[in-house]
Amino acid sequence: MISITHYLILSSALFCIGLAGVLSRRNAIVVLIGIELMLNAGNLNFIAFWRFGANPQPLAGVMFVIFSIAIAAAEAAVGLALIVAMYRHYKTTDLDRLSSLKG
Amino acid sequence: MQITFYIFGLLVIVGAAGAVSLRKPIHCALSLAVSLAAVAGHFLLLGAEFAGFAQILVYVGAVAILMVFVILLTRENTPGEGLGVGRWMIGAGVAAGVFGVIAACALASKAVWVASAQPEATARGIGEQLMGAYVLPMEALGLLLTVAGIGAVVVAMPDKKVL
Amino acid sequence: MINTGLAAIFLWAGLEQGLGKLLDHGLSLLPPAWRTWATIVVLVGVMLGVFASLFALSTLLERKGLGRMQNRLGPNRVGPYGLLQPVADGIKMLTKEDIVPRGADGVVHFLAPLVLFAPLTLSFAVLPYGRHWVPLNLDAGLLFFFAAGSASELAAFMAGWSSRNKYSMLGGMRAIAQMISFEMPLVVASLSVVMISGTMSLAAIVERQEAWLWIFPKWNVFTPWGLAGFGLFIVAAMAETNRSPFDLPEGESEIIGGFMTEYSGFKYAVFFMGEYFGMFAVSGLAVTLFLGGWNAPLSFLPASFLWFFAKLMALVLVFIWVRGTLPRVRVDQLMNLAWKYLFPMTLLNLFVAALWHYTAVWRAPGGLALRWVLCFAAIAVPCAVLARAMMRSHKWAPRVYRFGD
Repeated sequence: MISITHYLILSSALFCIGLAGVLSRRNAIVVLIGIELMLNAGNLNFIAFWRFGANPQPLAGVMFVIFSIAIAAAEAAVGLALIVAMYRHYKTTDLDRLSSLKG
Repeated sequence: MQITFYIFGLLVIVGAAGAVSLRKPIHCALSLAVSLAAVAGHFLLLGAEFAGFAQILVYVGAVAILMVFVILLTRENTPGEGLGVGRWMIGAGVAAGVFGVIAACALASKAVWVASAQPEATARGIGEQLMGAYVLPMEALGLLLTVAGIGAVVVAMPDKKVL
Repeated sequence: MINTGLAAIFLWAGLEQGLGKLLDHGLSLLPPAWRTWATIVVLVGVMLGVFASLFALSTLLERKGLGRMQNRLGPNRVGPYGLLQPVADGIKMLTKEDIVPRGADGVVHFLAPLVLFAPLTLSFAVLPYGRHWVPLNLDAGLLFFFAAGSASELAAFMAGWSSRNKYSMLGGMRAIAQMISFEMPLVVASLSVVMISGTMSLAAIVERQEAWLWIFPKWNVFTPWGLAGFGLFIVAAMAETNRSPFDLPEGESEIIGGFMTEYSGFKYAVFFMGEYFGMFAVSGLAVTLFLGGWNAPLSFLPASFLWFFAKLMALVLVFIWVRGTLPRVRVDQLMNLAWKYLFPMTLLNLFVAALWHYTAVWRAPGGLALRWVLCFAAIAVPCAVLARAMMRSHKWAPRVYRFGD
């Protein structure tokens, strides 16, 4: 029987894979992909708890996920626009080269 | 059913692993699309149909395409980077540590979650909640999406060149 | 002859009930554990078979129809009147050599036709073909349809990018730009139907259109907002499925084959079939939302799945007709059309639908005529004003190359 523990393990695995991507990759777009994976892990958690738990407020989990999906889309759009602007100036999407504010 | 959970779960994990570790960014974006579609499959398994369809519409149908467009616009002449092993060790180590902590907490938890009767998530119910209890967050979300859209266009617009 | 026609129609209606009973009887012979799987397999097989044969029929119709419109005969060598041409085409596609360019990205190149084809076939599952003939009666059926349709957009890009070919890349980028731009008017045009019907379930939407004004049907297309919505939906649907005049992604006279350039043999056949299946899917949705689904055109005729398919083929004939008539649009004209014209018109259509709904209480004689005039003017006047304004706003200016720097 699939219980909530299965879903918790799955979503934490997804979150940690996203985290590994954010910490290790240099390409800005792949970092953004990692962020999207982390957001999806959170959404999966919300729906799992909505399904398997007591719901004093009906549909709270689903509402939260709907808002989260919309906000993640807006954030991806703005982040990608920033990457395009960055590419126009530095001609690269390598995050290691964006160090002009350092020191 | 159990087998569909494991199939979708495998797709999620494999897609996510591909999305962060493949060499070319295009392959990462396509692998992300697979992973997100599998997460939508999980939503459908859990009975949240509206969330599942919205996930496919928004993520696979819009965010993945947006990423693909930006990857095309920001192509570098040098081919894909070689991933430094040292860098990967740190990232993977931290991630494995976090996973260990969370999984240990989840497995050791003594709370008993009973699979209650399937809560109903009809489109009508969601609409009533959106227009009822959640109307202010919905209006704020509309404002946010407008601002984000305009902001993205303004940020990515090229400077006017004098011809 | 009318008597035999009516007799045939009633016979077919009886056949529909008979087919349903046959299916139930056949399934009751199986052990209960197998029944769900057997139902699924039978339904999927029947749907794929029906739509594949409709695909064959409509390729033939297209070639003959286009030929006649261009003052020539279509294919007429294979079989009587060219009726076996689809068979010949199928054999040709299956036996052609499958060429993959050497620099192409193997996995993505292979998966692209599949990614195009599978979600479109999924979207057939929610269309109501008959009164109790909905394979998947989802509560949010319309949303499922649009989700499945949008999942197949990535395939055009995958095909274009993986072929490592300038023309394919151009075709692929044009394809996604076109598809996501026209998805907005498509969704908002169907939103007016959802608003008036109060449900997103496609079977329920068809049942709400089962009303009669004397003997004439009260489908959604016979209201001002429905008429405008239907027109907008069909234009957006033509652009979504890359049909002429919006077939820029596969513009045969400009970029050879667009994103399909490097595909040959069976993969090209899958792309081709995917395009036609997309046409069937959006036509089926238009029939469901606006044309009354499986309802008969006159109240004394029985409702049956045949009306659904008849209306579907009529819409496919309209698609073919438009293809033979109009020239292709330019890519900036396409974007202008989507964002500056169709999208505001669909939003206006929402308001007019609400206006129609809330003036339904005007029951005075002439009330109906007044409502029609009011709602129609509310759509037609901005339509004309917008069109004129856009025509006059084109200034002559030196050409700016945006990607050439």
